[in-house]
Amino acid sequence: MTILTNARLIDPEAGTETLGALRLESGRIAEILPPDVAGIDCGGKYLAPGIIDIGVKIGEPGERHKESFRTAGLAAAAGGVTTMVTRPDTTPAIDTPEMLDFFIRRAREISPVNVLPMAALTKGRAGAEMAEIGFLQDAGAVAFSDADRPVANPKTLQRILTYAGASGALVIGHVQQPELSQGACVTAGPLATKLGLPAVSPLAERMQLERDVALVEATGARYHADQITCRAALPVLERAKAAGLDITAGVSIHHLTLNEFDIEDYRTFFKVKPPLRPEDDRIAVVNAVASGLIDIISSMHTPQDEESKRLPFEEAASGAVGLQTMLPALLQLVHGGYMDLPTLWRAISLNPARLLGLESGRMAVGAAADLVLFDADAPFIMDRFTLLSKSKNTPFDGRRMQGKVLRTFVSGEQVYER
Amino acid sequence: MFAHRHLLGIEQLSQQDILAVLDLAERYATQNRQQNKRSDALDGLTQINMFFENSTRTQASFEIAGKRLGADVMNMAMQASSIKKGETLIDTALTLNAMHPDLLVVRHPHSGAVKLLSEKVNCAVLNAGDGRHEHPTQALLDALTIRRSKGRLHRLTIAICGDIAHSRVARSNMFLLGTMENRVRLVGPKTLMPPGVDKLGVEVTDNMAKGLEGADVVMMLRLQKERMDGGFIPSEREYYHRWGLDAQKLKAAKPDAIVMHPGPMNRGVEIDGTLADDINRSVIQEQVEMGVAVRMAVMDLLARNLREGAR
Repeated sequence: MTILTNARLIDPEAGTETLGALRLESGRIAEILPPDVAGIDCGGKYLAPGIIDIGVKIGEPGERHKESFRTAGLAAAAGGVTTMVTRPDTTPAIDTPEMLDFFIRRAREISPVNVLPMAALTKGRAGAEMAEIGFLQDAGAVAFSDADRPVANPKTLQRILTYAGASGALVIGHVQQPELSQGACVTAGPLATKLGLPAVSPLAERMQLERDVALVEATGARYHADQITCRAALPVLERAKAAGLDITAGVSIHHLTLNEFDIEDYRTFFKVKPPLRPEDDRIAVVNAVASGLIDIISSMHTPQDEESKRLPFEEAASGAVGLQTMLPALLQLVHGGYMDLPTLWRAISLNPARLLGLESGRMAVGAAADLVLFDADAPFIMDRFTLLSKSKNTPFDGRRMQGKVLRTFVSGEQVYER
Repeated sequence: MFAHRHLLGIEQLSQQDILAVLDLAERYATQNRQQNKRSDALDGLTQINMFFENSTRTQASFEIAGKRLGADVMNMAMQASSIKKGETLIDTALTLNAMHPDLLVVRHPHSGAVKLLSEKVNCAVLNAGDGRHEHPTQALLDALTIRRSKGRLHRLTIAICGDIAHSRVARSNMFLLGTMENRVRLVGPKTLMPPGVDKLGVEVTDNMAKGLEGADVVMMLRLQKERMDGGFIPSEREYYHRWGLDAQKLKAAKPDAIVMHPGPMNRGVEIDGTLADDINRSVIQEQVEMGVAVRMAVMDLLARNLREGAR
């Protein structure tokens, strides 16, 4: 039994922050108490449900030099992430129950935080033949996705959504029209024109979302759009939700806190997929998170080694690490007055838990005792070499940030202390 | 004046920088017309031309420029060598850097690649064209040609016509002519116009007559063969009909308007052959001549800065 006392408890369901204490027992929150009980003194800092991060890339199998279960787990614990929902875009892709079984066993053995795997939607993520969705569900896959490769053929996707829908499987789509996006590494506009880089219009996102919404409507599947990053896609999402479809949407920390101008003169650490957007798009998606239209924020943790980033912009790899930078990056939105902490927590903990049917993500008796204690104000300058990920590719290097994780608990056990 | 270590693009240059290059280039242009074309500005220095993309004209121009200034010039055909063996751009740069070159002239198919390379070497780097980004010496030689022909390089109306989207020449010229306070018009089919370019201080039209109206300078761009067949424009002949420059279309411009082309030309695609050869209108040959002078001037200035830095 552990008692954490004198903490500001963030309750994303009730939308409140109140001073109190928690008694943890058997891996769960057993009791919510007044702040004056004896126990581990949290010094009036924030205690919240742990972050559930959907879309984490771990380099195993295939790219262990970029990230392993151990390093990703350490980074997650230090970042307040208590559940990593992992991507299947490994080498080879996680597209068979045997592969998934191996993955889960590795994860359980090594990672200090929960690991819930997604599996590939199609064999080899090739977008042609559906993976063994039923077997993979039985083996523990919580969702199905081809990561950054959309299923191009609508007929194929229609069948997959029909089959997945009947199995109750959650499908996660990457909503970027592939032909329009091909080769593009920045958003079309004056900046892209000046830099002379191949660019894609935000139209590519809107079109793909429109297509997927139509297919979801026709098939009744459960669907989550991985990243909505531009204003033009928001009305589509709004209409789909108004029509009562089982659709949710996510966005990455990078699209909420950075814009295309951060690329400056070809800084490849700012190359992400989809590309960073103009400022008015950023503001629009931040507001969509605040209003609840966009349900979930994830870090889109994508480790890349130095070699794959030290290349001309077009050739450089996409993606950024995010497990450890997620909390301070998002606290910018709180400090900037765009949303309060409970609203933020709805997007990084409560909603992901609901989507995946988890017993965490809530500040309530009976919920899993996956918790993060943090100081929301503590200032620091991000030094990428202090990150615990094997890869250090963060765009926030050198940035002044606020917010430090003090302790992290998974199932009531402390997995990190500053 | 011209306090730069590298020449990576026009965007970073001020009016004074540009004029410094042009004034010095003017002197080299005179020298180049004499029998003895040699001087010693780059004496003892090593110049390496690294072309990751095919080029005959630009590479020859840089080679002649370096040799006339007394540099030891070496050409490396990068397409045939290390990148084929999987070496990264940065490793190539570090390898060359270890040989202590003083000037690296680099052309690369990717935008920003020359800048990336410049961050890893100790010598001066000249951008000889990076992707669709910049081709600064082309813009400078165009500027010198315009100034010699028009007597000034400000308050002119300049129409840049053709495939703007894929052209680094268009971008560098846009920046240079804008910095020098000219009126720049971009003319071409909308499919070859990059998005948002109208927000960069230029006028944009897809109509040749409107675009050329009252122009002092008409600058034609090369249309790459692979863009001609249905992807961006319906056909070569339709392109020529609507956007190819001939005597008839040129009538919209001022009577003394000059015609320019960065080469190599597609006669009968973007420009009428007779017009291109008309010595009263076309300054295309002079552009090539000024190319050597401008490159001599830039390398001279960068070498001076190198010596300053070493001191």
